[in-house]
Amino acid sequence: MRLYATRRQEPWFWGSCLVVPIALALSLALCGLLLAVQGKPALLGLAYLAEGAFGSTHALQDTVLKAVPIYLCALGVAVAFRMQVWNIGAEGQFALGAVGATFAVMHFSQSPSWVLLPMMFLCAGAAGGLYALIPALLKTRLRVNEIITTLMLNYIGINFLHWLVYGPWKDPTSFGFPMTPQFPAAAFFPRLPGTRLHLGVVVCVLAGLAVWLWLSKTRLGYEIKASGLGPAASRYARMPYGFLVCLVMVVCGALAGLAGLNETAVSAGRLQPSVMAGYGYTAIVVAWLARLNPLAIGLAALLLAGLRVGVEALQLSLQVPAAFGGIMEGLILLTVLAGQFVTNFRFRIDRGPK
Amino acid sequence: MNPEIFALIVPLLAAAVQSGTPVLFATLGEMITERSGTLNLGVEGMMLVGAFAAFLTCLLTGSAWLGFLAGGLAAALFSCLHGLVTIVFLGNQVVSGLALTILGVGLADTLGTPYIGKKVEGFLKYPLPGLSEIPVLGPILFSQDALVYCSYLLVPLVWFLFARTRLGTALDAAGEYPPAAKAAGLSVAKLRWVGLVMGAFLVGLGGAYLSLAYTHLWTTNLTAGRGWIAVALVIFAFWRPRGAVLGAYLFGGVMAFQLRVQALGTNLPSSLLLMLPYGLTILALVVANLRGARSGAPGALGVNVEPEE
Repeated sequence: MRLYATRRQEPWFWGSCLVVPIALALSLALCGLLLAVQGKPALLGLAYLAEGAFGSTHALQDTVLKAVPIYLCALGVAVAFRMQVWNIGAEGQFALGAVGATFAVMHFSQSPSWVLLPMMFLCAGAAGGLYALIPALLKTRLRVNEIITTLMLNYIGINFLHWLVYGPWKDPTSFGFPMTPQFPAAAFFPRLPGTRLHLGVVVCVLAGLAVWLWLSKTRLGYEIKASGLGPAASRYARMPYGFLVCLVMVVCGALAGLAGLNETAVSAGRLQPSVMAGYGYTAIVVAWLARLNPLAIGLAALLLAGLRVGVEALQLSLQVPAAFGGIMEGLILLTVLAGQFVTNFRFRIDRGPK
Repeated sequence: MNPEIFALIVPLLAAAVQSGTPVLFATLGEMITERSGTLNLGVEGMMLVGAFAAFLTCLLTGSAWLGFLAGGLAAALFSCLHGLVTIVFLGNQVVSGLALTILGVGLADTLGTPYIGKKVEGFLKYPLPGLSEIPVLGPILFSQDALVYCSYLLVPLVWFLFARTRLGTALDAAGEYPPAAKAAGLSVAKLRWVGLVMGAFLVGLGGAYLSLAYTHLWTTNLTAGRGWIAVALVIFAFWRPRGAVLGAYLFGGVMAFQLRVQALGTNLPSSLLLMLPYGLTILALVVANLRGARSGAPGALGVNVEPEE
């Protein structure tokens, strides 16, 4: 008796609906086990985690706010991954976006909000987008592997941000702390009445809609999907592969740049090293969890944002290090990847004598 | 030449060899894995897991050699997750490797938090009698710690593996053209497991070098991108051990230079100097690609072997 597996023509729809919850449950169980190994109450820990993430209106708002930068980064990453362009550089593009936004604030600090905010959006998007153009051009012109270049540019971007806040942009009155002066009130996002939610949430919804329409309703979107199936085939069909790679990377970088703007202007209110919180890497988990679907990315971003908020609660109640969140993200991604076997393959048992 | 220039350059080159050694271990490890057809982007995570396991073992047992071994074993064990996802369940190799890095960084930081700032004696410099007295070369190559000497032996060993042994040829076949390997009666999946775990063991040794011989203490993010630099160096080295040596010492040199300039207390900001190794990595890839590096890539690198009827 032997077990055979053969690739399905189409991914099994119900399988893909089942895989994510099962993978999540499995990785949460493993995390509980890890807590237990460290001598901490596992079930109580998971309860704290859930409560910290989704247990109150306050927690829910925290989760939604944290989902904003994750969503923006993941949306861009997903578009690139669709084309099999492995942009791992959202983190660096995010850093450049934060720097671009700060640049705008410093040069238009006296302007009213309706001038300042658009300038911030423009500078952050342009900085992130242009930064992403570097690996795109290296890939299309010189065929340099984009996985490595985008990653190296992450380290370069973060060090660039550090240089600015430790050096030329440092607030002279900050007692030596690496940070720029506080942004003026005009630089803050307007809030939705009665909540702590702000313009960033609206930007997410609009960006998600725009990307979904782009991918599903336009010729360019179709070409991106087709190019993802094989660069050689798309070149054969006279699709502008090099142009598409650059376009996708710039869009991805601009979205990550907007996420950087969001963190700097809204969460921190100034440029400082702690705006870099690894959202660019979390975005990869989110994009894959959502199977690169722009609408599902919203749900996945909320889930992962919830985990991050929950881990903060866990940090306070059980003294678990913040890095614990990375363990969860890694485990979820690995279990989902392994689980996708079930959706891509069908099994057959051969009982006959061999 | 002027002896003062020697007095400046010799210690810098010695430091280049030292800081290049962890990258050399990791590059050779990833090279073995990639030549068997598996792309493992988990190097950064595996290195960190290896560094922590080595540090902890050394701290608990007091034996540096046990720690070194533990670093390799931990990374090898950790890499089995990548094998499970990509070789058994045929998941995407790029994403699985990234997941391995995210998980490894999280694991090492979480488990290592109570040990931040703790020190171990680890491996100390041990000038080889006789050899270390050779002018210029002696202080650069033979006044290092025992692990550096191990890395000197490792390079010809990896070369020998691929150039002269049946196993090396079989690994190459699994990475170059799996149908041919299969036709020759070899199990591609088994070979890829061997390449993956063997490579990860070396990557873990590279991590162990960082905590036991380079810093002698535990801090967060000990690797600081060295794992990724190793992935890039495999391309730069055209998947050949010789190139790995050149690349690793080149990067070791830049890292050592950057540290020295900072230590001299010049006005150059440290953040700008820290960009150097990463910038050079991109530059090295550009140079390698202009020379046609892709021709050296294993034919089936990153392609999973599907089951058939």
